[in-house]
Amino acid sequence: MTTPDHRDQLIFELSTPGRKGYSLPAHDVPPAPLEGGVPDGLLRSGLAGFPEMTEVGLVRHFTRLSTWNYGVDTGMYPLGSCTMKYNPKVNEAAARMRGFAEVHPLAPDEAAQGALAIMHALAGMLGEITGLPTVSLQPAAGAHGELTGMMMIRKRLITRDGHPRKLVLIPDSAHGTNPSSAHLCGYQVREIKSCARGNLSVSVLAEAMTPEVAGLMLTNPNTLGMFEDEICDTARIVHEKGGLVYCDGANMNALIGKARPGDFGVDIMHLNLHKTFSTPHGGGGPGSGPVVATREFEPFLPTPVVVATRDGLRLDYDRPLSIGRVKAFHGNFGMILRAYAYIRALGPKGIRESAENAVLNANYVRARLRDAYEVPYDRVNMHEVIFSDHKQNEYGVTTLDIAKRLIDLGFHPPTIYFPLIVHGALMVEPTESEGLDELDRFVEAMLQIAEEARTNPDLLKKAPVTTRRSRFDEATAARKPILKWTRPVG
Amino acid sequence: MYPQTYKYTNDHEWIDLATGRMGVTDYAQKQLGDIVFLELPEVGKTVKKGEQMGSVESVKAVSEIFAPVSGTIAEVNAGLAEKPESINLDAHGSWMVAITPADPAEAQELLDAAQYAELTK
Amino acid sequence: MLEAIGVPSIDALFEPVPAAVRLQRELDLPPALSEPDLTAHLGALAGQNADPSTHAVFLGAGAYRHFAPSFIDQLLLRSEFYTAYTPYQPEIAQGTLQAIFEFQTLVSELMGTDLANASMYDGSTAMTEAAMMACRLTKRDRIVVARSVHPHYREVLDTYAKNLGLSIVEVGYLPDGTLDVGALADAAKGAAGVVFQYPNFFGVIEDPRKAVEVARAAGALSVAVVAEPVAMGLLAPPGSLGVDIVAAELQAFGVPLGYGGPYCGVIAASEKCMRQMPGRFVGMATDTEGRTGFVLTLATREQHIRREKATSNICTNSGLMALAATMFMAAYGKEGLPELARLNFDKAHYAEAAIRKAGAKAGVTLRFVAPFFNEFVIGGLGDGAAVQKRLLGSGIIAGLPLERYYPELRDSLLVCVTELNRAEEIDRLAEALAG
Repeated sequence: MTTPDHRDQLIFELSTPGRKGYSLPAHDVPPAPLEGGVPDGLLRSGLAGFPEMTEVGLVRHFTRLSTWNYGVDTGMYPLGSCTMKYNPKVNEAAARMRGFAEVHPLAPDEAAQGALAIMHALAGMLGEITGLPTVSLQPAAGAHGELTGMMMIRKRLITRDGHPRKLVLIPDSAHGTNPSSAHLCGYQVREIKSCARGNLSVSVLAEAMTPEVAGLMLTNPNTLGMFEDEICDTARIVHEKGGLVYCDGANMNALIGKARPGDFGVDIMHLNLHKTFSTPHGGGGPGSGPVVATREFEPFLPTPVVVATRDGLRLDYDRPLSIGRVKAFHGNFGMILRAYAYIRALGPKGIRESAENAVLNANYVRARLRDAYEVPYDRVNMHEVIFSDHKQNEYGVTTLDIAKRLIDLGFHPPTIYFPLIVHGALMVEPTESEGLDELDRFVEAMLQIAEEARTNPDLLKKAPVTTRRSRFDEATAARKPILKWTRPVG
Repeated sequence: MYPQTYKYTNDHEWIDLATGRMGVTDYAQKQLGDIVFLELPEVGKTVKKGEQMGSVESVKAVSEIFAPVSGTIAEVNAGLAEKPESINLDAHGSWMVAITPADPAEAQELLDAAQYAELTK
Repeated sequence: MLEAIGVPSIDALFEPVPAAVRLQRELDLPPALSEPDLTAHLGALAGQNADPSTHAVFLGAGAYRHFAPSFIDQLLLRSEFYTAYTPYQPEIAQGTLQAIFEFQTLVSELMGTDLANASMYDGSTAMTEAAMMACRLTKRDRIVVARSVHPHYREVLDTYAKNLGLSIVEVGYLPDGTLDVGALADAAKGAAGVVFQYPNFFGVIEDPRKAVEVARAAGALSVAVVAEPVAMGLLAPPGSLGVDIVAAELQAFGVPLGYGGPYCGVIAASEKCMRQMPGRFVGMATDTEGRTGFVLTLATREQHIRREKATSNICTNSGLMALAATMFMAAYGKEGLPELARLNFDKAHYAEAAIRKAGAKAGVTLRFVAPFFNEFVIGGLGDGAAVQKRLLGSGIIAGLPLERYYPELRDSLLVCVTELNRAEEIDRLAEALAG
């Protein structure tokens, strides 16, 4: 029998009875009686499945785990629609200041003026950046913000017309959260086909837009990285029939300081602080998805709202037309703080330059790769560019193979197979954080892969080979899900 | 290529009218990739032609199964639900449910093997 | 670069944006701050917030002060953890994926359930999604919820329910602060789910078996909300008592209070609920070389595949906070979590006795005479909000005034005592409350 490699073991397997990794404050009070103190039958008999480890053991275990990951701090992370820009370290230091990290959310307002000031200021800044002055910082992520925005639309229509309408129009290129958010808001979804140039078709929209439609959910720039240049007509068509325009702000990084959604007809949108505003992705969150809207939406904001009064900043709970709460407490303050710090560090010029560089970088990647890879929409794009695997299909190579080989060459793959309207989509968003040298390295790697697809496709099919694990049998994992560790029998 | 004795729908299902058994076609399984899960209706359920009655899942996709004809579910292939990957190996031999048809006239609206082959060209 | 692209200027790249909507001015934002100036500015703002270095804090109500070993935050600062994306490329994310698998295992064990997901935004949305799960699983559209569930959580449920056409029925509490089981049984007929909190918002230890029985009799699912998971070190886990779905907030496990977020929700449930559960799952898998590893799995429940038919719209969740909770649970472990729970229990009971004794003459009492964990309601204060304000002046944040959420409890404060409240400051609190 071979000894298991300790590096492959989970904490439950590394556990040794009697070890501890914690220390507690002094027990400076007498023990309280459990009998009578805990109802009969409700006393826990033990935590058998929990591990026992020393601090050293725990630190080594999790340190080792971290070395198996790739982060923005490892290298370029060109995930389209995710905006994986650099996460400033000063923001992490700020978030850990005691006066932020240890403040209870229900502390009296007068004892939280600093926190309220940051929330109030960020709301103002997001309003200025988007041209939509009514702001809620409560939603915890982009999808959450989408749902909140749709709820506000619903409430506004009920207040205005007595009924919310039935349908929401969504382009076929939309992120999956859009239709699922609309559905969670009680709306039925009608899909709008994109036109041949990849944009929303104004004529298709005009036909679909009826008084039954509450609104249009669109992304601008869209998920193909294109600015919806007919946006003013689009908004007009929706507004003329009494509908409202919701914008998914995931791609805001292309527009900050250059154009404002409030100026081009958007009524309400969400922002992703963990995309455009540099807060870290954390391996799957946390995020923050503030909603910004026109003034008409003010009464419907989630409760509470930060307001300035004669006696300082207060949380206002007296909001009779509010949609209610979408989350306990006030919002993901830790991300709000980081986004605030980010905007203060850049200033207006820095903000504008980041959009310009994001767009410049993406167009550069397109220019360098357009011969080797098919570019379905080969014209000036915004902060992201889409390729397809069409040319490589000839050799039996797919987008998945290209992505996996990129890993071996030291890069995180781009977004793959999204949006669905492009076959084998490879969506590259370099962000403004990448300098020319890193972009050139990425481009060289992609060119090498295109060459390998021709001459040695097997290399791609076997990739990645330099990582801790190679490709997984995801089908078996889904057929017979094992979602937790259980002690082997015998 | 596609069994002559079966009839077909535009949604890539086959049905053997002699037994009422139906499944998804080889074309469908190729599109889906490795099949991991099946959601099937219960015995006794009434279904209407063209209505969704279940789904087939691969790792990265879900496809709805529509009733090829109206009727009642007479049998469900529990064995297939246990081993959905059989569909990838032999789609035309893997029946999902058997339907007792309510309206024999509906059979005329189904495609035959040649018409279905045209569809999937 | 512009040459390579074939355009004369950066402005040319913004050509597709109609001229009429292009911004012709700089944004009206404060000018850029250097790093030292930014740090000074933020430090000044931090200084305007009360924290435990300046005040004795006795607030709970869904957000708890507990001691997280120092190593946790330092490991969370490893950039491979916090600057990583969602683990969609498993080959370069085994660290994140294995940690989540350990998280799912620990949460299942803690809550006594078959499984747990990879996290939700927070406890309030976890509870709301659990209620929606119950509706999908039973194909019914009414939820019964105890009034002794956290008021914010109930508000969130209400907000979502209104838009989905679900009806919410609230059931009150008895004079001892426990759930009115009789009223619950009446309301539960035809309901999809029965939702209660354990321990409840008042700190009172409910008996989940009663709610489980009521739910079963009505053909509904029972949903236990756990907002203070440290209590699970002392109390029998809800899953083992028959609860179908557990919706929890794990902020107490190493996640900073941080003025309200980010926190860490989670849903844990029985196997039969698996395919209706929202959120991500990490599963064990084998690679081409036969090695065991981890992948995101059962993704077909989620929005990026099912779109409007998804179990939820959730995408980004609380990955890094779940990692913090994993480290916390692993650090305290089999012996430590029960010890931590016991210390909380002892401190809170010491405090309750001290407050009652000191305030006896002034009519200060324990409002709900029932078993409690580390929170309790002190009544007889006249105007709870005014008392809190008075004590704030003495450097004590005494607890939460309840009038906003329970007008009948205007004279009360919800007081929380954890292992981080020293006996000396508890004594000070008791004296100050007396008057």
